[in-house]
Amino acid sequence: MTRSNDGTLDRRVVVAELLRDPGDLLVVTGLGAATYDASASGDRPLNFYLWGAMGGAAMIGLGIALAQPRKRVLVVTGDGEQLMGMGALATVAAAGADNLAIAVLDNGRFGETGSQFSHTGLGADLAAVATACGWRTVVTARDMDEVASLRLRLRQENMFAVLRISAEEKPRHLPPRDGAHLTDRFRRALGIAMD
Amino acid sequence: MEHPSWQAGVYAALKAANIVQIGYVPDAGHAHLIEAAHADPDMKAVVLTTEEEGIALAAGAWLGGQRCALLMQSSGVGNCINMLSLPVNCRMPFLTLVTMRGEWGEFNPWQVPMGTATPHVLAATGVHVRRAERPDEVAEVVAASAALAFDTQIPVAVLFSQRLIGAKVWVK
Repeated sequence: MTRSNDGTLDRRVVVAELLRDPGDLLVVTGLGAATYDASASGDRPLNFYLWGAMGGAAMIGLGIALAQPRKRVLVVTGDGEQLMGMGALATVAAAGADNLAIAVLDNGRFGETGSQFSHTGLGADLAAVATACGWRTVVTARDMDEVASLRLRLRQENMFAVLRISAEEKPRHLPPRDGAHLTDRFRRALGIAMD
Repeated sequence: MEHPSWQAGVYAALKAANIVQIGYVPDAGHAHLIEAAHADPDMKAVVLTTEEEGIALAAGAWLGGQRCALLMQSSGVGNCINMLSLPVNCRMPFLTLVTMRGEWGEFNPWQVPMGTATPHVLAATGVHVRRAERPDEVAEVVAASAALAFDTQIPVAVLFSQRLIGAKVWVK
């Protein structure tokens, strides 16, 4: 099995670009570095950070997207988190939520636990998986020009994007981790009445 | 396909509780609910590849201001354990209707371990467990459990006994 990671993108620069001027974009982040990257780009109530529930980011995004059809939802997660929820790529595609996009930060590693190779570093291709699951718009970005063009597309299209980042680790940037707090502030920011 | 009338009562109870999203892994005991959900233009029915997806779906629905229920078999409860940290940590309501296997007239030994473990596993992860045994009480148990889940923001599972559903008939 080939062990490889040809990604060169700087994950923090990528996420800062994807989340620049977020407006009312509803953001869900997968546990680990994706959560820290989003936090580093600027904490906001409409960012829902996962600190656990590995494999759940895409499905949380789907639930929000179905509930808020006039808003845009962006899931930002890592290759390991998406691999654990790979079936969700079929579920989300079958559900057909046009207002949802997923961006996977793919370094081919489990960065949080010692940078062991993940399946995408051992030959698996999440973009091909997404295509096979029925996603019609699938993009793999390898340079910042492609990332810049994805920033708006991820807010307009029902798309699955793989961003080939380097395996370089970044300092942890920790957002709030109280799930009840994160939930309440997200709902308040959406104007959902507390009952 | 004909379904017992209590299943229609369960669907009505979910509608009365303002459930508008249903995630499911199919089961014969939930067949009417799944058909009714797909036929209802005001209900989003989401077929799942594995049960824990439904817990995350329900969390997303709540974040977005809607209510969701998860339909599954007892064998699926085991797939959900870590994902149940989501509603527990986030103080979110969660409602699941679980059809029991491995407890009444079961033919398939592979259903017994998880059927036996189901109420214990749910309780151990912080889910409040209720049980429906008789056709005349199912809709009421579901209605009361939905109120408990959504009004007090806790996870609640309703176990539908295998006696209620009827043991699966196997013919050689």
